[in-house]
Amino acid sequence: MVKLDFNIGELHFKNPVLTASGTFGYGSEFDDFMDVSGLGGIIVKGTTLEKREGNAYPRMAETPCGMLNTVGLQNNGIDYFEKNIYPRLAEYDTNVIVNVNGSYIDDYVELAARINDLHKIPAIELNISCPNVKMGGMAFGTNPDSAREVTRAVRSVYSKKLIVKLSPNVTDIVEFAHIVEEEGADSVSLINTLLGMAVDIRSMKPSLSTITGGLSGPAIKPVALRMVWQVARAVKIPVIGIGGIMNADDAMEFFLAGASAIQVGTASFIDPMASIKIMEGIENYLVNKGLSDIREVIGYINRSH
Amino acid sequence: MTKRIETLKVIDNKQIKKDFFVIELAAGGKIPEIKPGQFVEVKVENTPGTFLRRPFSVHDVDYDKNSIKLLVQVVGNGTQTLSEMAQGDHINLIYPLGNCFSLPDAGERSLLIGGGCGIAPMLYLGKFLKNNGFVPDILVGFRNSERILEYSEYKKIGEVFITTEDGSEGEKGFVTDHSMLTSRNYEMIYCCGPEAMMKAVAKYCKKKRIACEVSLENLMGCGIGACLCCVVETVNGNKSTCIEGPVFNINDLKW
Repeated sequence: MVKLDFNIGELHFKNPVLTASGTFGYGSEFDDFMDVSGLGGIIVKGTTLEKREGNAYPRMAETPCGMLNTVGLQNNGIDYFEKNIYPRLAEYDTNVIVNVNGSYIDDYVELAARINDLHKIPAIELNISCPNVKMGGMAFGTNPDSAREVTRAVRSVYSKKLIVKLSPNVTDIVEFAHIVEEEGADSVSLINTLLGMAVDIRSMKPSLSTITGGLSGPAIKPVALRMVWQVARAVKIPVIGIGGIMNADDAMEFFLAGASAIQVGTASFIDPMASIKIMEGIENYLVNKGLSDIREVIGYINRSH
Repeated sequence: MTKRIETLKVIDNKQIKKDFFVIELAAGGKIPEIKPGQFVEVKVENTPGTFLRRPFSVHDVDYDKNSIKLLVQVVGNGTQTLSEMAQGDHINLIYPLGNCFSLPDAGERSLLIGGGCGIAPMLYLGKFLKNNGFVPDILVGFRNSERILEYSEYKKIGEVFITTEDGSEGEKGFVTDHSMLTSRNYEMIYCCGPEAMMKAVAKYCKKKRIACEVSLENLMGCGIGACLCCVVETVNGNKSTCIEGPVFNINDLKW
């Protein structure tokens, strides 16, 4: 039996495969295809205090080896979440993590405090990196002072595990990882989408309603991997790697570069079973290498051999 | 209705007009129940530039052969690859997806309106209506006579009326210009085609107080309600076309 589990502090994950926020709905969208509880955790749709309609259609464009999206955090707000979604999520036998968003620091704080009271939610992912909202989101994650302030404020009201999701749209992502670590983050997840755009030459208009949007998929994997490698060497807290992971081979690159866990995102759109297949593939990789514990490969490329 | 991921075998791929193909796919076992208006998400393999799946309306279902048909118009690399699939090739699908058209009430007269490749879901809907004791009329619009699709198939369901934009077949103009609309009355109209056409039909139905359902073709990321990319504005806020559609009552849309 290969050991795949990992911890963020005392929070235990049975395996290191999670699903990225905004790509896995609230889990139930995938119940027909797989046993969601087989995953290490699921990070559910970005949530805000108030209900949000999100951005106008069109919200996506296919691009070489990836896609752009501009959903804009469409969700029904925390009241609806608590009443209608949380009871269902509590049935899953895995870590259910909520991705937390706001326009102002007070929004993040109020939302984090509310979720702190939901006993089946053991962690939040603080989203300071959404590129598709006019206020908040990436604005917090691309300014060092704002990143510090929002992390500090949320940390002061949130007693469970705090993961901060970092933006790649910065010159030095390590600086941001250091800041949130200093302010008490228990883990960092990276990367969120890269800001990009596409133009429809037939209609001679931007492909997205908001002109720019977030790029995801295999197109961003080398960038994500580089950033995960940089951050993993620089911080002591566990790093969760995200960005274009389509299969177990991709996932292994992230582990070897220093990620303690990974999130599967866009891959779930093409194969709803991608996350669970990746989990099985990681296990096979370790067996084939004659290894018994995933810890043996985490950050392997950084060690002297 | 359980959704599934399954690899089906191509048992026929017939070119019906320039750039238009009907692909028939057979499942290894029993195909699930598929309702008219539902769609499939097709994975196109080994094709540069195709990353996401492609949604297609179910054009027809044969429960004896455990097969479904898709009507494919070649518009890009993905559909080009599909048009070249040969008997014995395999195609991976997620299906059945989305909601479905509703049946008319007993005794109600219905009209199916399709435009271009948008006629795809109307064949299966027409057969379904016929099997349930309805005899729908069919009104189809195409750019010109070269692009008339599946006429003989629709003929088996009910009376077929045609418009072409250039008048090379049937009446000249758009579907909403056809004279049959002035001489016949309907309680229910079903429509699928280009958005401008569906909006014109919706406007006509609202004016005439005829119930109308349209099948939308919004760009989709996943097809299963996870990505929230394919939304349409409704009177109750944004709805995902892939799970709360693709069929919408026009009164629910902000058209």
